[in-house]
Amino acid sequence: MFDFKEFYQPKDLAEALEMHAEHPEAVVLAGGSDVLIKIRGGREAGCDILNIYGLDELRGISMNQDGTLVILPLTSFSHVTRDPIIQKYVPTLGEAVDLVGGPQIRNIGTIGGNICNGVTSADSASTLKAYDAVLELSNAKGKRILPYADFNLGPGKVDLRPDELLTAIMIPKESYEHTYGHYIKYAMRRAMDIATLGCSVNVRLDKEKLHIDRMRIAFGVAAPTPIRAFSAEKVAYGRGFDETLLDDVAKAALDDVNPRSSWRASKEFRIHLIQELSKRALKRSIEKAGGNFNG
Amino acid sequence: MAKAILNCTINGKQIEEYIDVRMSLADFLHNDEGLTSVKKGCEVGECGACTVLIDGETFDSCIYLAIWANGKSIRTLEGLEDREGHLSDIQQAFVDEGAVQCGFCTPGFIMSSVPIIESGKSYTRNEIRKLISGNFCRCTGYEKIIDAIEKTMQKRLDDKKA
Repeated sequence: MFDFKEFYQPKDLAEALEMHAEHPEAVVLAGGSDVLIKIRGGREAGCDILNIYGLDELRGISMNQDGTLVILPLTSFSHVTRDPIIQKYVPTLGEAVDLVGGPQIRNIGTIGGNICNGVTSADSASTLKAYDAVLELSNAKGKRILPYADFNLGPGKVDLRPDELLTAIMIPKESYEHTYGHYIKYAMRRAMDIATLGCSVNVRLDKEKLHIDRMRIAFGVAAPTPIRAFSAEKVAYGRGFDETLLDDVAKAALDDVNPRSSWRASKEFRIHLIQELSKRALKRSIEKAGGNFNG
Repeated sequence: MAKAILNCTINGKQIEEYIDVRMSLADFLHNDEGLTSVKKGCEVGECGACTVLIDGETFDSCIYLAIWANGKSIRTLEGLEDREGHLSDIQQAFVDEGAVQCGFCTPGFIMSSVPIIESGKSYTRNEIRKLISGNFCRCTGYEKIIDAIEKTMQKRLDDKKA
């Protein structure tokens, strides 16, 4: 038996938001691959639970008329990967979440839970940051829109008020159009592991496919939270594709990151990874975009 | 403690039970339903010994609340045998290939294999490795498990063509 006390079981989102306002201390239970493990391990034992896993109205992926991609938070990782809209417009996100844990974890884990946990290693986080995702946060009174860039407040801390639930993750058309990306997860094992470092890059090239029109790069485990590396992005603007571009981007990324030593890897190794993965992910993104490297 | 009604299908049989909301699906299947193929290994969703199919997808039943299964269709290893108790092709392949040593992980591996062999698709050995990467085996070194899955997959594809 899992050690929790009260169990609030809303029948729909409206009731979930009311229950959340009434019981802000209750832990929100989505797929449970973090929460149930914390309860079992004793860290969250004895907590109250707001069980939202069954709310199918929070599942699915669609596109608005203006081209905005809408990912509902309870969509499992495997459903994100398999979704035809994701495969067509933001394949990098589907590929990134296909590296989470193993098949069973990708079937239960939700993309909303992944980012609401607020951990720096979340495999969806760096790609969502790099695509300027926007979040819809709702409470019983209404909703607010927050750029995902402003969501992470610290390790495990996100800007989610006690009565709020994440109700949608949006990627604007301008953000994914003519844009190609690549995510690299560096870990000790090829499955069932947490990233030692994650790097997500995407590029939009100019019409001739000779220069970078926009480059965005974000990291996981390179700082206490998932972060964008804006210095690196500035360096890349307008540049052609050669080794010096890669070197300059990798070097500039170091101005934005703040890695630490942990039992998984030393700070020095992470600094090495930040540079190496930046180069590889950028090169691969340029190739996917149809750019000719060293051409 | 709160209880709730669970209505679901287990291996084709409709059931209705009044259960504790704190119970994991692994405990419910193993203890209440007597489906002892559902093993609790790590109990944190890492080893895959408790793998079952829920609406055709693999889940670690140890970190799945039993009440989440309401309205869903669950399959465990017990559902693979025919009515007379004959092993299914994938179970027999595990025996024939020597893919079983201590056997604790076997039901979980076989349940992870079921979507592979039922998909009607052909997977490479590397793809099979990825699809069973949520299951741990500490005896066999995996090669014979992959042999068993690959051979069953191939046999089904050949039978379909014939």
